[in-house]
Amino acid sequence: MVETSLVLAVQNVTKRFGGLVAVNNLSFDVSRNEVMGIIGPNGSGKTTMMNLISGALALNEGTISLNGRYISRLSSHEINRRGIARTFQLVRILPSLTLLENAMAGMVFGHQRLWGEQARHEASKLLERVGLGGQQSVPATALTYIDQKRLELARALAAKPEVLLLDEWLAGLNPTELQEGIDLIHSLRDEGITIILVEHVMDAIRSLCDRCLVMAAGAKIAEGRPQEVLSDPEVIKVYLGEDI
Amino acid sequence: MDIIITGLLLGGTYALIAFGLNLQYGVARIMNLANGEMIVLGALAAFWIFVADAISPILTMLIVAPLSFFGNWLIYRFLLRPLVRRAKNQGQLEVDSILATFGMAFALVGIMVSIHGEYYTYSYLAEPFEILGETFALNRIVAFCFAVLIGAALWLWLYFTRTGMAVRAVSVSTEASGLVGINVPQLSAIAFGLGGAVTTMGGTLISTFITLDASVGVVFTMKALIIIIMGGVGDIRGAIVAALILGLVETAVARLIDPGLTLAAAYAIFVLILLFRPQGLFGRKPS
Amino acid sequence: MTSGDVKQLVWGAILLALAACVPLVANGYWMSIALTIAMFTVLSTSWALFSGPTHYISLATAAFFGVGGFLVGTGMSDYNTDYWTMVVIASLAGTVLAFLVGLATLRLSGVYFVIFTLGLAEMIRTLVSWIQNNFTGSRGLYVLTDLGEADIYIHLVLVAALVYLAGWWIARSRLGFAMRIIGNDEMVARHVGINTAFSKVILFTFSGFVASLVGALIAPRYTYIEPNGVFSPELSFIVVIMALLGGTGRLWGPIVGVIPFALLQEYINANYSNYSTLVLGIAFLVIVYFLPHGVLGRLEETWAKRRRSTW
Repeated sequence: MVETSLVLAVQNVTKRFGGLVAVNNLSFDVSRNEVMGIIGPNGSGKTTMMNLISGALALNEGTISLNGRYISRLSSHEINRRGIARTFQLVRILPSLTLLENAMAGMVFGHQRLWGEQARHEASKLLERVGLGGQQSVPATALTYIDQKRLELARALAAKPEVLLLDEWLAGLNPTELQEGIDLIHSLRDEGITIILVEHVMDAIRSLCDRCLVMAAGAKIAEGRPQEVLSDPEVIKVYLGEDI
Repeated sequence: MDIIITGLLLGGTYALIAFGLNLQYGVARIMNLANGEMIVLGALAAFWIFVADAISPILTMLIVAPLSFFGNWLIYRFLLRPLVRRAKNQGQLEVDSILATFGMAFALVGIMVSIHGEYYTYSYLAEPFEILGETFALNRIVAFCFAVLIGAALWLWLYFTRTGMAVRAVSVSTEASGLVGINVPQLSAIAFGLGGAVTTMGGTLISTFITLDASVGVVFTMKALIIIIMGGVGDIRGAIVAALILGLVETAVARLIDPGLTLAAAYAIFVLILLFRPQGLFGRKPS
Repeated sequence: MTSGDVKQLVWGAILLALAACVPLVANGYWMSIALTIAMFTVLSTSWALFSGPTHYISLATAAFFGVGGFLVGTGMSDYNTDYWTMVVIASLAGTVLAFLVGLATLRLSGVYFVIFTLGLAEMIRTLVSWIQNNFTGSRGLYVLTDLGEADIYIHLVLVAALVYLAGWWIARSRLGFAMRIIGNDEMVARHVGINTAFSKVILFTFSGFVASLVGALIAPRYTYIEPNGVFSPELSFIVVIMALLGGTGRLWGPIVGVIPFALLQEYINANYSNYSTLVLGIAFLVIVYFLPHGVLGRLEETWAKRRRSTW
């Protein structure tokens, strides 16, 4: 692996909530333009790991670096400005703002700082792209759950991120929507965005991820190409229980 | 020694008041900023009945408690419950309940001023009583004993009855309690009423040794809040320790420095706690 | 700038110019009421700049207002300093205090923030009274100037112009957009790169600066400054009521609440002074139960409904 292609490096990260160790001495690297999946049973620490990368939570031990610079002590707004954007597991839109303003929110303060007419123009293009074109001045609360997810993605993309964190963004989609979603993520990757996704939808993991990481009880139990990892007996045991 | 005992005696009554507010906030999730006015109502009732018929405040307390329970139950049922229902999130409920209970506080002050605008001065058991060779006012000791009694009764109710257990369940998780078949709105109303009743009884007890007037409620609201925040929301043991600390600090400042600074000292504790340990003295830092 | 923006500026300027003409027609009684209205307009509007979008209910107005008035009184009585010098010093001190309070309260929200601001104002009030009573007490604080109510009124109209201009600018700036996002979801705000702490402190400091400036400018009206008067917590509550009554959704919302409530208070104080506290309580309850978005919000809802029904 060439030194410059390393984008995100997570090294020996530990996060404790009181007595509970949510993430235990976890390390992994993500290369430029890679799609990395994080999978594991509920409560295994996937979302916590995402929160540690985006700065929503402070880690107890270890380091996280972006392009060779430590970001693990920065607050989330600084991390966003360095080029990491995310969606949330439970979708978080800005209810009293219009769709256009929701999408603009991502580009005004963060990694790319647009404002005024240019920001409006870019934001409306993004809405188009995620499938919400022509509804710019609709209030965000009028959207269905699925459309709220699209809107959240538009907001994350508005930052023109280097690294995009998707926390169960494909969950709850019907088969048609799922295929659209997978195609959309593929196209993002083709644009050069590095993507880390937490997902339970195994079809998506298989078709999207270059590599994936399996977590159980806060620790890494496997890492590699999806086909290999998903047939690993240890992984199957964790997912389906002991006696299979 | 004198300061310590006086401080502890005062702290006992404070603990009772904080217990009432804790019950309301912990279970019904409403920070009742009209709490202090419930204290003043208890004091006003004691004063009124004592002056009119020379009836002992302790008896008054028994009359006031069910009335206050019912009044607070009505307030929750008809004024606060609609707010809980219309709130889209916890933040909105918080803002609404702050404004609504402030409104109630001001309205109650206004009503009490028109009933009796001056100090509620009366003298009950103002006799010397000796502990460890030093003399204290008997009324303070009686008030302390009753505060302990009421607090203990409440504790037994919370920990050894079915309803008490349900109340504790709601205070841990409103949603989960609903799922296991607890009638959350009804229990919240009961807890709110009970909290109000306890607070009012505390007010009656306080009026035996501190002279109150209609506008002083906000000071007691602040004190109860100081205790709850210092002790950690929902933490009864913490609240008792915090109440005793507040009682001690106030007494010490009044005796050793200047009585005029008692309030400033209470607020200073409060500001420091909020700045440095907003999760309470014994609380764990939230992540 | 769009033509709509310019139109708003022109209208604002015309209305403020008209407001500045009030002393030409008003006699003593109405001048005094106009002065009260001007004072609360400035206080409520600047309060709403911070509290409107964030829904953080600040009860610290009295602390800043009091610092303004008290410092002017102290400076003039105890140190023989010139009035205008003291206005500058007092508003600077208020600004610094607001900045520090803003920094300190960053981690607090909801009821903790409300109680902190109220507790802080009360702490300052009791401390200042105590110092006054024990150390400097005997002389009293006099603010003797040759400024009449009309002069003070003009000063406040100028400050109002400043506040409205600032509000107009903020609404069109990144800062205003950031505040709206923070009011919706602080977590999201941080994750789109907004320095939430910085934005909140800036606006809180600005409203603290305005409150202390108003406190300093209005001091000559009272002539004699009493700590328990200028730091009165009632002022903070009235400011909150007026702003919420009018509606904080728009820059000119608070004044819609200020004018009727100031007149109502004037009437109550003149005729039924015992009931002034009761009126405050009822006002809070009316806001929560009948006008949760203020008069303006209610009107906008009605308009929206009517437009929909005519379709």
